[in-house]
Amino acid sequence: MVDPLPLQLLAEYFPNGIARYAIGGLFVGLGASLIYFGTGISAGASSFLESTLSYVSDRSRFQQYAASRDWRWVFTLSIVAGAAIYSLTLGDAFAYETDVQVWRLFVGGGLVGVGTRVGKGCTSGHGVCGVGSASRTSLVGVATFLLVAIGVAQVVAALGVSP
Amino acid sequence: MTDRHPLFVPTIVVGGLIFGFGLGYSHMARPEVVLDFLQFDDLGLPFVMFGGAAVTGLVYFVAPRLLDGPPLARGAFERRLKSFDRNVVVGGAIFGAGWGLSGICPGAAYASLGVGNVTILWALAGMFAGAYVQGVWRSRAATGDAAVANAD
Repeated sequence: MVDPLPLQLLAEYFPNGIARYAIGGLFVGLGASLIYFGTGISAGASSFLESTLSYVSDRSRFQQYAASRDWRWVFTLSIVAGAAIYSLTLGDAFAYETDVQVWRLFVGGGLVGVGTRVGKGCTSGHGVCGVGSASRTSLVGVATFLLVAIGVAQVVAALGVSP
Repeated sequence: MTDRHPLFVPTIVVGGLIFGFGLGYSHMARPEVVLDFLQFDDLGLPFVMFGGAAVTGLVYFVAPRLLDGPPLARGAFERRLKSFDRNVVVGGAIFGAGWGLSGICPGAAYASLGVGNVTILWALAGMFAGAYVQGVWRSRAATGDAAVANAD
């Protein structure tokens, strides 16, 4: 028996269902919302990179984040701990290890480090807080990084690099 | 740190825990899952990002109407509005290239470490290196701005 078309499309494009993503996104939004409601801070994850570099460099780009570097450490370590709690409770207890090649992680990470800071935000700052603020700058930022990421990932896959 | 409300840091902790739990639960901490989305094999990712944005959007809308300002800090509730210039597009494109190559972004990288994926330290090392290079470059450009306007 053949499934009706909507179910076929669902199975084809959402092989892991939707709940995992929607519920996870709900938690991400709740975490950012709690911080905003309590402190007025829009919690972006990539500022941590520059705020932490302010410990080791006197450059003005890094020192402008010196005042927030303590709580950004707290935020980042709490993200690590929250993901660890997931792994221990509903996850696979730290069994997961990525198969994506190391050079892709390092080179791609380098571009992420440059681009998020030059572009004024990442998937949490622009994607969650900025879009939640209906910021036109963030909407343009998100559209830009999504489209380029899709293009690059498709080209890399077409070149036979996997994973 | 000293003049902060005693509940400031605990709020960051609880918010970060929930945030990181969500990144783990949604499997965004797995670069493979992000790459599957970018290659159109699993279209779940927008439900994470825009689902999260829907929640924050509601709170960003409601909070300033409920309270005069955030209870744990001075000032008013402000939306996250950044000025638009060429950097938003150039930086966004560079970030997109890195995200498309690696399948990982900063918040998800921290969460990936949390789910035990030690290999992600390569991506984190790259992110710090990239942030350092652009910071040194742009600090120099900013110093030169005194002489040459718009050198950035």
